Amino acid sequence: MQQVNSANNQTDLIELDSGKVPLWEGFREAFILHLADNALILAQRNSEWCGHGPVLEQDIAITNISLDLLGQARNLYQYAALLINKEPHNLSASSLHSGGKEVTEDSLSFLRTEREFKNCLLVEQPNGNWGYTILRQYLFSVYQFLLYGQLQYSEDENLAAIAVKSLKEVTYHVRWSSEWVIRLGDGTAESHKKMVQALEEVWSFTGELFLPEPYENEAITGFDLVALQHSWLQQITNVLKEATLFSSALNEKVFMQSGGKKGLHTEHMGYILAELQFMQRAYPDAEW
Amino acid sequence: MVVTDNNNFIENITANEKAVAAIWNLLEEVYDPEIPVLSIIDLGIVRDVVLTSSVNENIEATIVITPTYSGCPAMDAISMDIRLKLIEHGYKNIKINTMLSPAWTTEWISETGKEKLKAYGIAPPNAKQIVCDTKLFVELEAIQCPVCNSYSTKLISQFGSTPCKALYQCQHCKEPFEYFKCH
Ligand SMILES: [Zn+2]
Repeated sequence: MQQVNSANNQTDLIELDSGKVPLWEGFREAFILHLADNALILAQRNSEWCGHGPVLEQDIAITNISLDLLGQARNLYQYAALLINKEPHNLSASSLHSGGKEVTEDSLSFLRTEREFKNCLLVEQPNGNWGYTILRQYLFSVYQFLLYGQLQYSEDENLAAIAVKSLKEVTYHVRWSSEWVIRLGDGTAESHKKMVQALEEVWSFTGELFLPEPYENEAITGFDLVALQHSWLQQITNVLKEATLFSSALNEKVFMQSGGKKGLHTEHMGYILAELQFMQRAYPDAEW
Repeated sequence: MVVTDNNNFIENITANEKAVAAIWNLLEEVYDPEIPVLSIIDLGIVRDVVLTSSVNENIEATIVITPTYSGCPAMDAISMDIRLKLIEHGYKNIKINTMLSPAWTTEWISETGKEKLKAYGIAPPNAKQIVCDTKLFVELEAIQCPVCNSYSTKLISQFGSTPCKALYQCQHCKEPFEYFKCH
């Protein structure tokens, strides 16, 4: 990501603080940004493992996954920018609204405010231990696998192309993370204990994936979040059983955290953005 | 008069075809920065070369490429290298378009490309292989050791030094090697 359009947006930021909720009027743009934000924020989280993985090969694996996700985010942001620039009035309530400048993949990732990010809460949670990171990756990768599996047939050709491309990568993510979930869950007493704990912590963030936002219902015809949830539950149940982590409690209705997809994030999100956006905020338009 | 025009027309077409063929040849000299034995033609990422000339004879060369992997950092470098190569040969007006669909697959790597990979010590992607499948938990196919040709090899990691490679080790000659994984 090199070129960044500057958004000299002091006034807009102040307006946002005074309670103006930024919304994208276009459902399609919002949906694509939601997908992009999920990929970007999880890429950012996973990249924190760089140089800290338990063994070299797995350090390389998690950072490769991070790179794949970043690539998906770039494709999605580029497409979102294309759509937004066609209908610039959709920008009116955004912090990127400044002097008729076109938005780019860079301004979308580096210059939007927290409330404008539509990623689910799951991806912004701190990495915790290796087991937690793996389990989150697994649960999210299965979701992405099924999601892109649906979107590859979308009538939106650009989105379908991105989905086909991403699906190949996500397949590797699911294979890799599920093997680790099984290895750790069905491993030593200590690793099992940590995975049970991780599952307890992560579970309440999974419900939001399937809690439909208007932009998910309206953006793409034929996109079926209910069917997606059904397949997701089936698939993760099989692996969790093999990992000796399954408990019937997972099928019970429990309280689920939500808000991220609307732009209401946990306290962790601000810190992620502070790190992610620091360079462009401190040195606007800086390039490599 | 009519005949002459027609001849000119045909001449122009052949000239354009020749120029396009010349660019394809030039692109043979642009290499993947991460696997420097492979040209971008070997990799199969060049999808199209289009030449258009406007009234002022300013020829525009459009190169259409497709990314190997979404996050492949080599793509930016490759675009730059294509640009430099064409500038070197007198083209001034160069456009590089990225095309996502149809998605690149390892099946587009040329046979020469696969041979070059093997000689370089990277096991080339198997021709038809189930690992390509987006189905999960399929049986992994045997990968041949690029050093001793043994099929008795084991997967060490699905992820390697670049997004396109996996790590293997040969059980026979013990050599660790990289496999250009199937996509
Ligand atoms: Zn060998």
